Amino acid sequence: MKKLILAVSALALAATAAFADPIADRQALMKANGKAVGSIAPIMKGEKPFDAALVLEALKTLSDDAQKIDVAAMFPKGSETGEKTTVSPKIWEDTAGFQAAVDKFKADTAAAVAAPPTDMDSFKTTFGKVTSNCGTCHETFRIKKS
Amino acid sequence: MGIAGKLAVGAVLLCGVGAAAFWILTEPVRLDAAEIAAVESGNPVKGERIFWAGGCTSCHARPKAEGDAKLELVGGVELKTQFGTFVAPNISQDPTDGIGAWSAEDFANAVLKGVSPSGEHFYPAFPYASYARMKSSDVADLYAFMKTLPAVAGKAADHSLSFPFNIRRGLGLWKLLYVSPEPVVALNDSATEAQIAGRYLVEGPGHCGECHTPRDLIGGTRKSRWLAGATAAEGNGIVPNLTSGEGGITWSESEIADYLETGFTPDFDSAGGTMAEVQRNMAKLTKEDRAAIAAYLKAIPPHPNGYPPRQQPAN
Repeated sequence: MKKLILAVSALALAATAAFADPIADRQALMKANGKAVGSIAPIMKGEKPFDAALVLEALKTLSDDAQKIDVAAMFPKGSETGEKTTVSPKIWEDTAGFQAAVDKFKADTAAAVAAPPTDMDSFKTTFGKVTSNCGTCHETFRIKKS
Repeated sequence: MGIAGKLAVGAVLLCGVGAAAFWILTEPVRLDAAEIAAVESGNPVKGERIFWAGGCTSCHARPKAEGDAKLELVGGVELKTQFGTFVAPNISQDPTDGIGAWSAEDFANAVLKGVSPSGEHFYPAFPYASYARMKSSDVADLYAFMKTLPAVAGKAADHSLSFPFNIRRGLGLWKLLYVSPEPVVALNDSATEAQIAGRYLVEGPGHCGECHTPRDLIGGTRKSRWLAGATAAEGNGIVPNLTSGEGGITWSESEIADYLETGFTPDFDSAGGTMAEVQRNMAKLTKEDRAAIAAYLKAIPPHPNGYPPRQQPAN
């Protein structure tokens, strides 16, 4: 019996750990996105030559991260306060709008991976399309707090 | 006459003097003849730069308008503040609902003096406290550019403000305190041309200080904490400290210019909130303009954050 209780508690613990900290999870994901954009931004600025492999890798990271965004799991009610979250209450006031913004990010990154840029011109178009998602989402659904 | 009667007469006289003083001090002041002569003929091509620098569309386009719809300045954006809700009016070329019937002189009085063609004060939600620092020639160019924009019918709702802020005449006093064409930051003699050009863009048309500087109880910007960051007028966020003081930005000049062009911070976070829109406007300026803004921001006096440390809300 004791063992069973232990096993059940361990399981419960493991289950909560997976979704224990949606704030930390989404912040880690956004940080990874920033890093991916940062790896190819110098090409955009003309500081580095176009590198198809590097670009595809960054786009894959963005697309993989985008697919991981599960609005219900990563932005559950109750995660609007605490730690250093900078979410706007609009995420919960307009969940459909937020979901639409997430879906657009998923679609734009998936399309970029499916037809990756082959030269500087196509890179500029793709980079602009993919990264415009950052600003439009942050414009409405994030609040600067520090 | 008894003592009470004398007192009453005195009180009435005092009130009368007070009222007269109030009336004189709050009189809307228009531009003088020489200032008007300077806004006679503008260049619409040059005016477009001022239009984007001034961020006119951020408040006067329809909420969430994109692309060419941004040039339809029908108004309607609401700014919910501690004084009440301001609604941006129609400033399209519609002659009745917008400003299509305004002369260049009317326009300059509005932008530089905050006075309407009928002689009323505008509320400083229209950032003339910053625009008052603009050159007359830039106002003339802006007028010429706005003449090229479409006329769109439709009146925006009225402001809805609480007492005493709903008394427009009182703004005359506010203007005496806070509106001046003088620059805020006194740059020294060795200031570069870029720093001076940046000061003009930031303190004048760009009106950065309207959000990035903390305000006092009656809504005037605290010049002693210029660009130190502030509690946001709307919502529960903050507007960052642009100085190099504690909590302020540590970016280099080229990083600031890059941010204004691309919307990405040095860590590749993106501009957000109302700054997302401002950044898209800044991206329409020239590289030199953005470099000038950066040069000025690196030259301003440091201040600690102009907003209180973040409160942990109780869960």
